Amino acid sequence: MMALDTVDVKKKARVIMIDGGHRVRAHLHTLGIHIGDWLTVVERAPFRGPVLVEINGSRLALGRGIASKVKVEIDGGVESLSAPLREAETEQR
Amino acid sequence: MRFILAGQPNSGKSTIFNSVAGYRSATANFPGSSASFTISHALILGREVEVIDLPGIYSLTSSQEIAGTAEGYLLEEEYDLIINVVDASRLGRSLELTQQLLELERPMIVALNMMDEAARGGMEVDRETLSQQLGVPVVPTVGRRGLGLKELFRVALQHAHRGEPALSLTLDREVEGALEEVAELLETNGVDDSVPRRLMAEKLLERDPHFEREVYASLPELKKKVRGVAAVLQKAHGWSADQVISGSRHAVAHCIEDQVVTHHRPKIGWRERADRLLLHPWTGGPVMVLILGGLFFFVFRVGQRFEAPLVAFTDRLAVALATKLPPETLIGTIAGGALAGIAGGVAIVLPYLLPFLIGLAILEDTGYLPRIAYILDNFMHRIGLHGKSVLPLILGYGCSVPAIMSTRILESRRDRRITAFLASFIPCSARTIVIFGLVAAYMGPLWALGIYLFNLLVVVLLGNILARTMKGASPGLILEIPELQIPDLKTLAAKTWLTLKEFITIAWPLLVVSSVVLGILEWAHGAAALNALLSPLTVTLLGLPAAVGLTLVFGILRKELTLVMLVQALGTTHVNTVMSNGQLLTFTLFVVFYVPCVATIAVMAKELGWRDTALISAFSVLLAVVIGVAGRFGYALFS
Repeated sequence: MMALDTVDVKKKARVIMIDGGHRVRAHLHTLGIHIGDWLTVVERAPFRGPVLVEINGSRLALGRGIASKVKVEIDGGVESLSAPLREAETEQR
Repeated sequence: MRFILAGQPNSGKSTIFNSVAGYRSATANFPGSSASFTISHALILGREVEVIDLPGIYSLTSSQEIAGTAEGYLLEEEYDLIINVVDASRLGRSLELTQQLLELERPMIVALNMMDEAARGGMEVDRETLSQQLGVPVVPTVGRRGLGLKELFRVALQHAHRGEPALSLTLDREVEGALEEVAELLETNGVDDSVPRRLMAEKLLERDPHFEREVYASLPELKKKVRGVAAVLQKAHGWSADQVISGSRHAVAHCIEDQVVTHHRPKIGWRERADRLLLHPWTGGPVMVLILGGLFFFVFRVGQRFEAPLVAFTDRLAVALATKLPPETLIGTIAGGALAGIAGGVAIVLPYLLPFLIGLAILEDTGYLPRIAYILDNFMHRIGLHGKSVLPLILGYGCSVPAIMSTRILESRRDRRITAFLASFIPCSARTIVIFGLVAAYMGPLWALGIYLFNLLVVVLLGNILARTMKGASPGLILEIPELQIPDLKTLAAKTWLTLKEFITIAWPLLVVSSVVLGILEWAHGAAALNALLSPLTVTLLGLPAAVGLTLVFGILRKELTLVMLVQALGTTHVNTVMSNGQLLTFTLFVVFYVPCVATIAVMAKELGWRDTALISAFSVLLAVVIGVAGRFGYALFS
C-alpha cells in the first residue's frame, strides 16, 4: 500500500483506501474515484505540485494533500495511458 | 411545458441549451460555469417550451454549496421533463447521476452527448441497450455541432406528453432492503410523498442534512430508527451507509457501462500530444508564460493598430464640432461632452476591449484554464490557497463581477473570501484599457507589462498575508481537467458579443452621460470646486493635476470612465502633453487599485456580505494611495 502522491508517472494503481473526512470522500466519489477503481498517473507536477490521474475515462488533478490521502496498490505493469481500465468495474463493489 | 437540462459539469448542457434558446447563456470549459439558472423560451415543433439550464452537478448529494440549488430545483419545482445530459465519453461516472435523477420518478430522457469525443476515445455506445437498461429514451447527440438536437427535442416533447415517470434502478440487495425498511417507516408515520419515499429513505440513510432537518423536525423519534437501519447496513459492509449506497450505485453504473460500451483502440490524437506539452513538468510552466504573454502582446498590437487612426478621426470631429458650436455655450458644452463620450468608447475602449475579450474567450473555451489551475496549484499553495482559486483570478482579468461569482466553485468559505478579495484587485478589462490607453500607449508595452507583474506581486503578497491570518481548512485541489477543444467560432463570437453588449448597452451610455455631466460642471465652474475638494489627495499626495479629481469619482461607476473623462478633463487626446510619464504611471496605479466599481461592489456584497465589502473597499483606497505615492516617488527616483 502506498499513497497516490508517491506513484510514478504512467503507473497503474488501484484505490484501496481513502483517508480523510466525509467531505473529501464524498467529493472524490462524485468525481468518480471509488475504492477498487483502477487509475493511471498521467503526470506529476514538479515541486510537490498536483498529480494528474486518469480514471474511468476522465482526467482529474489532485493536489498533493488530497493525493497523499488516497492509498493505492500498484500492479506493476506499465501500460499505455489510454488503455481501457476494465478490471475494476466488473466486480460487485 | 417546462423542460430541465440536468447533468454533470462539462457534459455540454449549456451548449445544448444555447442551440435552442433565443439568447445565449455563457459556457466555459470548466466545472460549474452556469453559476445560476438560465431560463429561455424555445419553439419546438411549433410549441412553446420553457427550457431551464441547471448548473452542473456531480450527484444529488453534492458537498458543494452551489450544487445545492440545482438539487433543490430538481426536488421541489414543477416541471414536465428532465433532459439528463450525459457525457458519453465518461459514461460510467455520468450514469451515477442518471440513477439519482431516475429516483426522482419524474418523466425523463437521456441526451447521450459528446458522441464524437467518445468515438475518439475508441468507445462505441449501444444506445438501444442503454435505453432498455435505464427504462427511458436515449438520444445520441453532439451538442457542439448541433447533431441530434432536433431529434432530442422531438423525443422530449413526445415523452413529456406521455408523462410517464421514470423508475429507480435496483441497487445492491441489502441496500434495497434497507431502503424499503426506511420507506415503510416513512409511510406509516405519514410523511408526505411529494418527494418519492424511496429517494427520501436513501437521503436519510445518507444523512443528508436537508432531509434530516425536514423529517426529524416533526418526527424526532424516526431518527433513531433510521440510524438503526443504517447501522445494520454498516455492520454488514464495514463502511458507513452513504459509502455503501454510493458504492452500490457505482457498481450498477459500471455494470451498465460494460454492457453498452465496446472498446476499440483509442487514437492518440493531437489532444494527447498537446497535453503532454502543456502539462509536462518542464514545459508546462514556460508554455503557460508564452501563451499568456502572447495574449498580452496580441491585445496591445491589435489595440495600437486601431487606436491611433480612430483617435485622429475623432479629434478631427471634435475640432469640427467646436467651430460649429463653440464650447463656451451650454449647447456646445453638452454636444462636446457627448461627442467625447462616444469617441472615447469607439477610439480608446473598443480597440483594446475587443481583442482582449476574444483572447479570454479562447482561453476559456479551449479548456486551458483548468490546466493553468493544475500548473499553478503548487504556487497557489504558497499563497495559502489552491489551484482552483486560479480560475476566478484569471476571469478577473475579464471582469471582476463574474470572477467574484465564480468563487462559488471553491468549497470552503475561507477560500471563497480570500479569492474574491484578491480577484477584486486583478485589473479587469476596464482597468486594462486604462493601462493600455495610458501607460502602454505613451510609455511602451514593457511598462504596461510591468504594471501587471507588479499587480500580481501585490496580489500574491496580500493573499499570503490573508491566508496566514484567516484560519480554516483548505480542502486542496480536486479538479476535473476536461479534454482540450478547438473553440467553436460561433460560441466564441456569441460569448464575446455577450460581454461586449454589456459594454455597449450599459457602460457606453454611462460614459456619454458622465461626459456630458462633466462638461456641464466645467461650464458652470463646479468642476473646479469639486476638484479643489479632492486636491489634497490628487495634488498633494499623488502629485497629479487637480483636473483628474472628478475622473476618479466617475471611475467608481466604471473604471473605463477614468480614461475617457481624463481625456475630456484635460481637453486633449494627447494626454502626454499635459501629464508627465511619472504622473501617468501614478494615475494608472491608483486607478488599478482603488475601490472596485459599483457593479463589483454589488456582487461582492451579495457573495460576501456588506461588512467584508466595506472593509475591502476602504482597504483598497488606502492601498491605492500607498501604491500611488510609492509610484510617484519611485518613478522620480529612477528617472
